[in-house]
Order: sequence, then structure tokens, then C-alpha cells
Amino acid sequence: MTVALSDYLIVSALLFGVGVYGLVTKRNAMRLVFSVEILVNAANINFIAFNRFLWPAALGQTVVLFSIALAAAEAAVILAIVVVAYRIHDDVDVSELKNLKG
Amino acid sequence: MVDVTDVAFIALTVVAVGGAISALEAREIIYGAVGLAASFFGVASLFFLLDSPFVAVFQITVYVGAVAVLVLFTVMLVREGRWFGDSMGPTARVAAVVTVGALIASLVSSFIAAGLSTASEQATAPSFVGIGQLLTGQYAPVLEVLALVLAASVLGALALAKVDPTVEGGAAAKAQAIDEREGRGGA
Repeated sequence: MTVALSDYLIVSALLFGVGVYGLVTKRNAMRLVFSVEILVNAANINFIAFNRFLWPAALGQTVVLFSIALAAAEAAVILAIVVVAYRIHDDVDVSELKNLKG
Repeated sequence: MVDVTDVAFIALTVVAVGGAISALEAREIIYGAVGLAASFFGVASLFFLLDSPFVAVFQITVYVGAVAVLVLFTVMLVREGRWFGDSMGPTARVAAVVTVGALIASLVSSFIAAGLSTASEQATAPSFVGIGQLLTGQYAPVLEVLALVLAASVLGALALAKVDPTVEGGAAAKAQAIDEREGRGGA
């Protein structure tokens, strides 16, 4: 028995589920960053798996290269925001950060 | 008969998903950051299994090498011992687990129903040459814009790092936070 396309998609779905669970239940800003990175990884697995099984060119791999670079840029900005929030509030609990609340 | 690829696939799945779960559920958030790095590494190894070594190495360089280290440093900068209760209550967590379980079950059943379990691999894996041709040809403008986005994000992070908590109402917010904490501690 060889590993089928649906097996990779199931791994991706599991990672996606873990990421959504973290986004919904966690209040610590760092855990939310973790969840977002896990979600991006789940999407990347889908791109690579579909590319390997269903498409002869390297389009999916190219898209994933772009996606990884974007995720890195996004992580840098989010972590800077977290550090600033900590310096101002001495806390990174997102339910305590209400300065932007209307 | 057991194939080496099957064993590797199962082991890497455990590393990727287990690392992700420990990233969110580890008591100490610094162990969570290490679990996240393990999860990134498992996903990169899955890319190797999918005959995409270039993307796998890129993933290790950027995620395990840069993002995980950045996350570790941030965790060490903002870590505090009073974070044990950083989740919602047990009712919300059980509801989240049930909802996410239903989501995963519906996704998996749709994969099976779509016949994706019988799709066979392409005869040849996409090559480095193909990636290079796409990056320098059709998607060259995207690459240029992405370079600008990266530069902008670095500038943005630098600008954020220079925010002074003693100006623009930051001092009042900080004093209020300290008051609240001391009030809580005294009561």
C-alpha cells in the first residue's frame, strides 16, 4: 500500500483542525500566532500534495515558496506588535487589550 | 507488507500533528514554541516525501531557522509565570473540540467521496528547473512585489519597535495596568 493523495489531505485537515481550535479557545497572543502558523502549514501541505499528484508543472511549489515568504513577513510584524503590546500593558492576553474597542 | 514510505509517513504525521498540539497545549509556552518548531520540521519532511526537496529546504530555512527562533526570542521577552490559565473555560474548549472534530470528519469524508484516495502520482516529480522558470518568467512580477512586501514588513517591525510607551497615552495605560495589577494583588 502506498501513501495516497487523500492521506496527505487528511494530515492537512488534522493540522487545520488543531489551528482552528487554537484560534477559537486561546487568549494568549503568542498561542494565537502559533495557531496562524499551523494553519498556513496545513494549506502549504495541500498545495504540495495536489501539485505532486495532479499537476505536472511546479506551479504548486512556486505558490508555496511565496506563501512561506509571506508567512515569515507576517510573523515578524505580529511579533513586533506583541512585544509593543507587552511593553505598554505588561500582558499579552488578547481579552485584556481593549484600546481599539469602540 | 510494510513499505518504508508508509512508516515514514505515519511517523512524520505524528511529529507534525503532535508538535502542533503540544504548541497549543504545553503548560509552559516556551515548550510550546519548541513543539511548534518540531511541527514545522515534520511538515518539511512531508515535503521531502512528496518529492519537493527545494520547498522542504526552504521551509526548514525560513520556518525552523528564522520564524521558530524569532518566536522563541519573543516568548522569552514576554514570558510570565501567571499564564497557566491562558485558555477559555472547559465548556468552551469541549465545544471547540466537538466543532473541530466535525469539521475534520466532513473534510475527510469529502476527500474520500471525491475519489482522491485513488488518484495516482504524476510519473515525474516537478523539477528545480520548473520552479526557476516560473519564478523568473510568468511570476517574476509577483516575486518583485513580494520583495517589496518583505521590505515593508521589516520597516513596519522596526517602526513598531521604536514605539515609546511614555508618549501618546501610553503612560496612562501603563499606570492603569499597574494599578489594576496591584489592586488585584492586594485584594
